[in-house]
Amino acid sequence: MTPTLSIHNLTVDIPTRHGTLRPVQDVSYDIAQGEILGVVGESGAGKSMAGNAVIGLLNPPAHIASGEIHLNGTRIDHLQGDDMRRLRGKHIGMVFQDPLTSLNPLLKIGDQLTETMLAHLDISQSDARKRAIAALEEVGIPGAAQRVDSYPHQFSGGMRQRVVIALALCAEPSLIIADEPTTALDVSVQAQIIALLKRLCRDRGTAVMLITHDMGVIAEAADRVAVMYAGQLAELGPVRDVLTVPLHPYTDGLMGSTPLASRGKARLHQIPGAMPRLDTLPDGCAFHPRCPRAQADCTRNPGPTLADAQGRAACFHPLLREDVA
Amino acid sequence: MALVSVSHLTRIFDVSKPWLNRVIERQPKALLTAVSDVSFNIEEQTVYALVGESGSGKSTIGKMLVGLLEPSTGSVDIRGVDLARETDAQKIDDVRADIQMIFQDPFASLNPRWRVRDIIAEPVAARGGHTKGLSERLLEQVGLAARDAGKFPHEFSGGQRQRICIARALASEPKLIVCDEPTSALDVSVQAQVLNLMSDLKDEFGLTYLFISHDLTVVQHMADKIGVLYLGRLVEEADPDTLFETPKHPYTQMLLAAAPQLDGFGREVIPPTGEIPDPINPPPGCAYNPRCPLAADICRTKRPELRQIGTSRVACHMVDATD
Repeated sequence: MTPTLSIHNLTVDIPTRHGTLRPVQDVSYDIAQGEILGVVGESGAGKSMAGNAVIGLLNPPAHIASGEIHLNGTRIDHLQGDDMRRLRGKHIGMVFQDPLTSLNPLLKIGDQLTETMLAHLDISQSDARKRAIAALEEVGIPGAAQRVDSYPHQFSGGMRQRVVIALALCAEPSLIIADEPTTALDVSVQAQIIALLKRLCRDRGTAVMLITHDMGVIAEAADRVAVMYAGQLAELGPVRDVLTVPLHPYTDGLMGSTPLASRGKARLHQIPGAMPRLDTLPDGCAFHPRCPRAQADCTRNPGPTLADAQGRAACFHPLLREDVA
Repeated sequence: MALVSVSHLTRIFDVSKPWLNRVIERQPKALLTAVSDVSFNIEEQTVYALVGESGSGKSTIGKMLVGLLEPSTGSVDIRGVDLARETDAQKIDDVRADIQMIFQDPFASLNPRWRVRDIIAEPVAARGGHTKGLSERLLEQVGLAARDAGKFPHEFSGGQRQRICIARALASEPKLIVCDEPTSALDVSVQAQVLNLMSDLKDEFGLTYLFISHDLTVVQHMADKIGVLYLGRLVEEADPDTLFETPKHPYTQMLLAAAPQLDGFGREVIPPTGEIPDPINPPPGCAYNPRCPLAADICRTKRPELRQIGTSRVACHMVDATD
C-alpha cells in the first residue's frame, strides 16, 4: 500500500550572503495511513522546517533544493500557487503551536470553519454550517451550536486549540501536520488535546506528523519516532524501540537528560556542548564533537546514514543492544 | 527557624474597566484573586517547589517573596523580617540583599546593551560593593569562560544566557533565590545542564531555592518539598516521594495521571475534564469541586482547610474517605 506521505532525500536550502545554510539535509521517511509519526529534536534541529516543506510554507529564500515529497502517491514538492493552495487544507491539515495566532481574531469561528469547507468541498452554505457545528461537537466543545458564533478571544487556550484541530480536520485531509500542538498548553489540557488527536486520527485513518520536543508526548502518542539533529535524521524507528533501547548516542543522551521519576534525584546525564550552528557544521557526523563514542572515522565525509545501524540510526558506532541492556 | 515563612498570603488584582465604563454599564468592580490564603515555610538550604498550571498564582507568590509585588493581606517573613511592613530601612536592606531571582526568559531578562561583566556585577555595584574580577570569577563558576565577560548577551545561546542569569543572581551572595520557571525556555539537554549546575551551586553556597515550575518531572528531580497550587490556593504540600507515590488531593492525582510519561507507550489516558475556572468568579467552596470526581455537597459550600494528614498537608474535605 502506498504510504500517505513519503519524503525522499529531502533537502532544504537557505541561500545567504555568507553561504548556503542547510536546515534539512537528506531526510527520508514515510507515514502510513492512520499512523502517528513523532518528529523530535531540539530547537534548530529542522523538525518544523521539514513539516513546512511538506505543506509548502517555506519562507523564501528557504526552498526545497532536492528530494521528493509524495502524498498518496502523487508528487507534491514542485506544486506552485493555486495547485498548492488546493492541496493545503483539503489534503493536508496543519495545527500550529499557538492557537491564538492561527485563528483570525476578526472572524467568528463558525465563519472560519465554513470558509474552509466551502473552499474545498462542494457543499451549500447551510450544509457547511451544520458540518461546522458537528465538527465542533466532535472536538469536544460544549454547546457547539451556540459557540459557533463566538470569536476566538472568547475561548480559552485549550478550547482554541480544539477549534484549530476542527479547522484542520473539517475538509477531511489524509495528513495532519501538528507542529508543537500542546507546547503552549497546561498539562491537563495537553492530555485532552493529545487524546483528541489520537481518537480522531484512529477513527478517520488520518496520518499525523506530530512535531514536538517533548519525549513524553511522543511516547504516549506516536507509533514511530524520527529523532532529528542539526537538520539530519539521527534515528528512526518504532517508538518503543527507539525510546527504550536507543541506538544513536544522541537519542541515548536525550533520554538520559530527561528527569524521570524512577531515577530519583541522581544527577542528570548531560550532553556536553550545544547543537552546532548551521553555518559551522562539523565534517562527517554532525554529532561527533559532543559524542562520547566518537572515533576517528566519525569525521569522514559523507557522514553516517540510517543504513549504517540496522536502518535505524545514522551512526558508525551505534550503541549495541548488549551495552544498554 | 524557617528562612521564609509565608502566612495567609493573599493577593487581589483589580481588573475592572475604567470607572466611567463601570458606571455607564452598571458593572461592579472586577477583582481577581491571584493568591488566596497561602501559608508555607521554607527551611534553610532546602528547595521548595511550587507547581501548578497557568493562572494558579505561582509566579505571583514568587514576586511577593522578592518584594516585586506587595501582598494584599497576609505576610512574607524572611529571617523574621516582613518586607511589606518593616519600617527599619537598614533591616529591609539587609534582607533584600539576601534575595535574588532567576526569570524564565533569558532573552528578556538581560539588558542587550550591557556587557556581561556589568550585568553580573550590577547587584553588587548598585550597593557600592567591590566588583573587580567578580564577574570573571562567577562566569567560571557557572561553566562559562572569564573572557566572556566582555561580550554582549546576544552572543550567547539560551542555555548560556540562563547561566549568566544564575551568575548575576549569585553575585550578591544571596541566601534565597527565587527561580521562576528557570528551564522552561530551554531544550531538554540544556535543561539538564542548568539543573545540574543549580544543584551543584546550592550545595556549594548553601543556597535556598523557591523553585517555581509547571513541569512535574523537573520539580520531582529538584525539590525537597512540593506545594501544589490550584487557582491561587495551596491544595497539597508534601515531600516528592510521598507526593508522587501517594498523591492525596484529587487535583494532584489528576495532574500526575495527565502528565505524559516516557514509558507510557500507547497509554490510553482518560483525559481530565474541564479547565481552570475563572479566577474572578471562583466556584464557592473548594475551587476544584466542578472538576472533582469526589465532590460532595460540603465541597460546594465550605472551603477546605489545609490539614495535616500523615506527612502531607492536604486541603480536601474528602481525603479521609478516600484513604
